[in-house]
Amino acid sequence: MKINRRELLGYSAAALGVTAIGLPKIARAAAGELTIAYNVNLPSWDPTTGPSAVNPTIQGLYQSVFDQIIPQKPDLSFAPGLLTEWGWNDDRTKVMMTVREGVKWHDGSPFTPEDVVWSLQRAGDEKTGNPIQFVWKNVNNFKIDGNKITGDVVQFDPVYFKWMSFLTGYILPKAYYEKVGAEGFEKAPIGTGPYMVEKFERNAFLRLKANPNYWGTKPAFENVTIKFVTDAASRVAEIESGSSQVTLEIPYEEYDRLIAKDGLAGSIKNVSDIGMIFFNNKDAMLDKNVRQAAVMAVDKELLVKRLLRGYGQPIDTLETPEYAAYDPSIKVEHNPEKAKELLAASGYSTKKPAKFTIQTTKGFKPKDYEMVQAIVGMWRKVGIEAEIEVYEIAKHYELRAAHKLAPAAFYNWGNSIGDPTTSTGFAMFGPSPHSSWKTDDLDAKIGPLWGEKDEAKRIAGWKAVDKYIAEEAYVLPLIQYAQPIVHSKKVNVVQHISGALLPALMTPA
Amino acid sequence: MLLQRFLIRLLTMLITLFGVAVVVFVVIRVAPGDPIAMMLPPGATDDDIARLRALYGLDKTIVQQFFIWLSGVVRGDFGTSISLRQDVLGLVFNRLPATLELAIIALIMAVLLGGTTAMLGARERGTAVEAGIDIASGAALSIPDFLWGLVLILLFGVLVPIFDISGRVSPQLDLPFVTQFYFFESLLRLRFDLTWDLLKHMLMPAVALALPLAAIISQLLKQSLKEVLDLDYVVLARVKGFSETQVILREALKNAALPTLTLVGVQFTFLIGGTVIVERLFSYEGLGNMAIDAVINRDLPLIQGIVLVFALLFVLINLTVDMMYALLNPRLRHG
Repeated sequence: MKINRRELLGYSAAALGVTAIGLPKIARAAAGELTIAYNVNLPSWDPTTGPSAVNPTIQGLYQSVFDQIIPQKPDLSFAPGLLTEWGWNDDRTKVMMTVREGVKWHDGSPFTPEDVVWSLQRAGDEKTGNPIQFVWKNVNNFKIDGNKITGDVVQFDPVYFKWMSFLTGYILPKAYYEKVGAEGFEKAPIGTGPYMVEKFERNAFLRLKANPNYWGTKPAFENVTIKFVTDAASRVAEIESGSSQVTLEIPYEEYDRLIAKDGLAGSIKNVSDIGMIFFNNKDAMLDKNVRQAAVMAVDKELLVKRLLRGYGQPIDTLETPEYAAYDPSIKVEHNPEKAKELLAASGYSTKKPAKFTIQTTKGFKPKDYEMVQAIVGMWRKVGIEAEIEVYEIAKHYELRAAHKLAPAAFYNWGNSIGDPTTSTGFAMFGPSPHSSWKTDDLDAKIGPLWGEKDEAKRIAGWKAVDKYIAEEAYVLPLIQYAQPIVHSKKVNVVQHISGALLPALMTPA
Repeated sequence: MLLQRFLIRLLTMLITLFGVAVVVFVVIRVAPGDPIAMMLPPGATDDDIARLRALYGLDKTIVQQFFIWLSGVVRGDFGTSISLRQDVLGLVFNRLPATLELAIIALIMAVLLGGTTAMLGARERGTAVEAGIDIASGAALSIPDFLWGLVLILLFGVLVPIFDISGRVSPQLDLPFVTQFYFFESLLRLRFDLTWDLLKHMLMPAVALALPLAAIISQLLKQSLKEVLDLDYVVLARVKGFSETQVILREALKNAALPTLTLVGVQFTFLIGGTVIVERLFSYEGLGNMAIDAVINRDLPLIQGIVLVFALLFVLINLTVDMMYALLNPRLRHG
């Protein structure tokens, strides 16, 4: 049976008609336009309540629209912002703040000290649902005198001001919020930040417009489109096709490949996230020899070199070099032979290994599962047989809150304010719902530091705690993560060590 | 007879939905991952945890929670999303049109492509053309939709950048729409500039979804056609002088299409299920993409709402296919 050309066309018309279209792609950046392929969605516009408020990955979006009470520079140092001065009185019974004058909200209304007080009171009110209320409630009875604010300290918290740069530390517009309510604010949020919200489609994109009245350095890009592209392969395609000029959090292999391409460049810096393995005080982990051997057997340099393509920094405590209590003298050697000796002292060997379970996520962080596989291999050589259990991150949170993690569990810990309380503190203090190791000896050392008023003494105390933890091998710190950002050569990107990707820091090349 | 059949189906539908509601409700509550544990602040105390549990009604037994939720559903209140802090039903109906548009476009593509290749294959029985169609069908069927998505992104997003890789519509555009059915509304408004932009975003995910279904339709319809083409009434049509194409279109297709119609209905539900991954891949703002976020965040009310709406869609599709089959099949129509 023969088929003629006309019939073939007839049969194929429908099929080809929908696919045989091909106009030249014109989606390229216009002047003053910047498009970013972002790795997460933005669930809610209130940065002070609900689950979104404690989600570190979306803080960069919030910081584009709202000002933090005290902003952080890209190196994590604190800088004047809406507050130009802040501090305690000598006996730490009062806080004092000076409010910047001449600042306007996105709707043109003036920013006032009342906004600051209202934001702090609202954050400290249990009914508001601020997840960091336990910090904000520590100061109340605010008084305003001109552009000065004072408040009474209910309970001294040395990191009260540092939290002003961290989760939920934002100033919201009192009058506007009270007028439109929570629902109205969700639909049309306003802040004092460098960008104003022009258009927002949940799960799709966010259009930002430069704030003409911004009190700080005016953003270089007039219009910014942030596309929410949660799939890493799609983000790679976005940047490779030119649809977006900036993207982040892509596999390191892709980072290396992309920055070698014409027109693309990259920036990769160590950020405040750390990969670690929680130990739980049960089973084999109750034996100090096993813990120390487990720590000594791990070649962190090799993990970084082989699995993370050389990106990242091995660490021996839960403090990175940028944190306030970082102590470079605390070192834990990689010594498999000594690990074998320690295990032998407890009756273990490669023939009769110490056995326990290690839990890990798979794909939650770059190479998390592969890293745990490699560690299990290193352990096997010295006499530890660990069985890997893979779970989702949600399960990790559930088990950790219930103190039911396995003897070893991989996790990623973020701490963008760099204070020891928000790293070693919450991760290792028994009563914290986020700790896994819960023993009285460690709690006795950490407990007094929470309220220590002498800053030098406080930091020294935390360093001593970190040293003790390293000696006792209560946790296995692995690496400080590096954040890969790929961008067009036509855009300069300044990386923020907190991991927040801020369009306000980007300029045309 | 038809009315009785319809009422029985309606009752079955309601029982199915209730069953789905029960299963989903129980499963997501016993599944690993506590939503409260995920949102605990660093300094949370036991009181804080208890307060959060009470706030989201998780301090009650599963049975109590279920009936509270079900009584709300009956009144049209599906609860409030934990992560998005908005009304679940509003969120679902806001996103459902995008998914439906994508699924319908994909279905149309699959029917056109599958139907065309089936007829061509049936017409060219035993030739290289049929063999080629079989090979292409096999390839389309053996590669899952999300992988087709990646291939399409590479081909038409990166190498020859014709289409948009992510989103549903260009963020720069002003949208005059009053409904969430952007594509269909753009056609009604004769705003073909917007239609084209929407197509540029929709075609790759739609093709990714359509290809496996097109292959199934192609194989089944071709087989049915080949059987029908040997029947006496078709042979008679040939004797009357009709061309093979006319024979297929006028005589054979109607009877051969019936089993395919049933399959298309069943497969359409799978296609809608497939939108979950494909929407995620293309950052397409539909219900599937939202479903993944809901699961990641353990947003129980939102998961329940989305699954129930998906289940409702599935039973409605099956009901429609059933009715259509009954209407088209004379033996069923006449009892």
